[in-house]
Amino acid sequence: MSKDLKPVLDWFSTGPEPHLIGSKCSACGTFYFPKLETLCRNPVCDSTQFETAPLSRFGTLWSYTDAGYQPPEPYVATDPYKPFAIAAVELDKEKMVVLGQVIEGVGVDALKVGMKMELVIETVPDKTEPEGKIVWKWKPVEGAQ
Amino acid sequence: MSGEVAIIGVGMHPWGKWGHNFVTYGVAAAQEALRDAGVEWKNVQFVSGAATMRCGYPGYVAGATFAQALGWQGAEVNTSYAACASGSQALAAARTKILSGQADVALVIGADTTPKGFLAPAKGERPDDPDWVRFRLGITNPTYFALYARRRMALYGDTQEDFANVKVKNAAHGLENPRARYRKAFSHADVAASPMVANPLRLMDICATSDGGAALIVCSLDYAKKIGKANAPHIAAISTVTPRFASAILEMPDIATDSAIAAEAHAFRASLPAKAYEEAGIGPEDVSVAEVYDLSTALELDWIEDLRLCPRGDAAAITRAGDTKIGGRIPVNTSGGLACFGEAVPAQAIAQICELTWQLRGEAGPRQVEGAKVGITANQGLFGHGSSVIIKR
Repeated sequence: MSKDLKPVLDWFSTGPEPHLIGSKCSACGTFYFPKLETLCRNPVCDSTQFETAPLSRFGTLWSYTDAGYQPPEPYVATDPYKPFAIAAVELDKEKMVVLGQVIEGVGVDALKVGMKMELVIETVPDKTEPEGKIVWKWKPVEGAQ
Repeated sequence: MSGEVAIIGVGMHPWGKWGHNFVTYGVAAAQEALRDAGVEWKNVQFVSGAATMRCGYPGYVAGATFAQALGWQGAEVNTSYAACASGSQALAAARTKILSGQADVALVIGADTTPKGFLAPAKGERPDDPDWVRFRLGITNPTYFALYARRRMALYGDTQEDFANVKVKNAAHGLENPRARYRKAFSHADVAASPMVANPLRLMDICATSDGGAALIVCSLDYAKKIGKANAPHIAAISTVTPRFASAILEMPDIATDSAIAAEAHAFRASLPAKAYEEAGIGPEDVSVAEVYDLSTALELDWIEDLRLCPRGDAAAITRAGDTKIGGRIPVNTSGGLACFGEAVPAQAIAQICELTWQLRGEAGPRQVEGAKVGITANQGLFGHGSSVIIKR
């Protein structure tokens, strides 16, 4: 993957061990993704102090589906449209579920609720970038069932 | 109970894909509701509209738009927007106005004209808007419905056939509803033959978007008595609670749940009817009939459990046993639900109340639930909106 590719959203790191970039409330420890740096949303916490927090790269598949029909804009589709799977992955340390596409070539038949998933970076088509842009995706951990 | 108001008139323009201006549907519904109530338009003191975001400025100020279309007569107006719960919030505004003594009689009204296909976000590059973000990643409304459905399969062993049972049942209910858009019997084979939209949900598991309009005339109990409608159904509760942090279920249009590190995880959907039961001082065992938001077949099963009409995880089994059919223990979506209507967002929560009103008056014809005394609605929309309304006689 060329390192010049731009991200769809500036919400993750790249490299051999990519991760989502969230934030963590310095007072109550609540994690946020996307990053929050204004006022903690825990109603009993009034902290405005946050640290940048790399989120866990591994999690458990909470649920999954796929997109049989081409989603509307701003989604940018290949021509012809290629359906893709979508995963909701539960992060143990953060006690939260994060959505993302599943990597190309992995369909719903290869997925099972409860399996271990890993965060990876892959390109998706873009309107202005001919090479596409990069985004986080979920991938079943090698050998996971 | 002193916190109650009466529903003395209901009206609906049939749902469909008629392609008219949304005002046409609202006006037709309002006229039917006024006739039904025996109230003259000039005597309505408050117009509470549910907004539509798809029909330009007139849609944003729906209350005034309908008031003008019916003929300005000096009534006060309000417009509410709360996604799928817009109609319930418009009703809540009317109830407050009546209970505070500022109006005796109000019109609650919502109508929509919808585009074909997926509901899509506003245009432009807007990464600060979670609704833009999820669509950029290809995450549509059916994605969320399918994630919940798959979760049911994993937790409770529900099958795609269990989901199809809901479609078959609701299609049978809507068959004789003249206001329904789809009036066709469906078999399991029909559902199984429809294309997969978001695995495990097929096209026939997911509701369409429709044009439609619905209206209510609500008034103080004194006013109802004065015009000889003391027996009209009463609104016993309107719940429009927001979620509690940490919200544990992925909600449209979010890309992640709250983190439950510092606060206990809460389920939003179940909190909506919980507040309604509390406000009405009744429990699920008192309910005769329920209209729930079957955006998908599987979601109806979630709602049945959220309304505590059966223990968690049992909704597929009670549906299979026929409990939720007309004639069963607790009929659900006697109107045919969204399966037969398709969603006309600002009108839908009002339409649910129209159906319950007909049921409680014993005027639902072939859809009638014998001896219906208490009805409950449930719905949920984007951005922490939802509602549950209880009416009783």
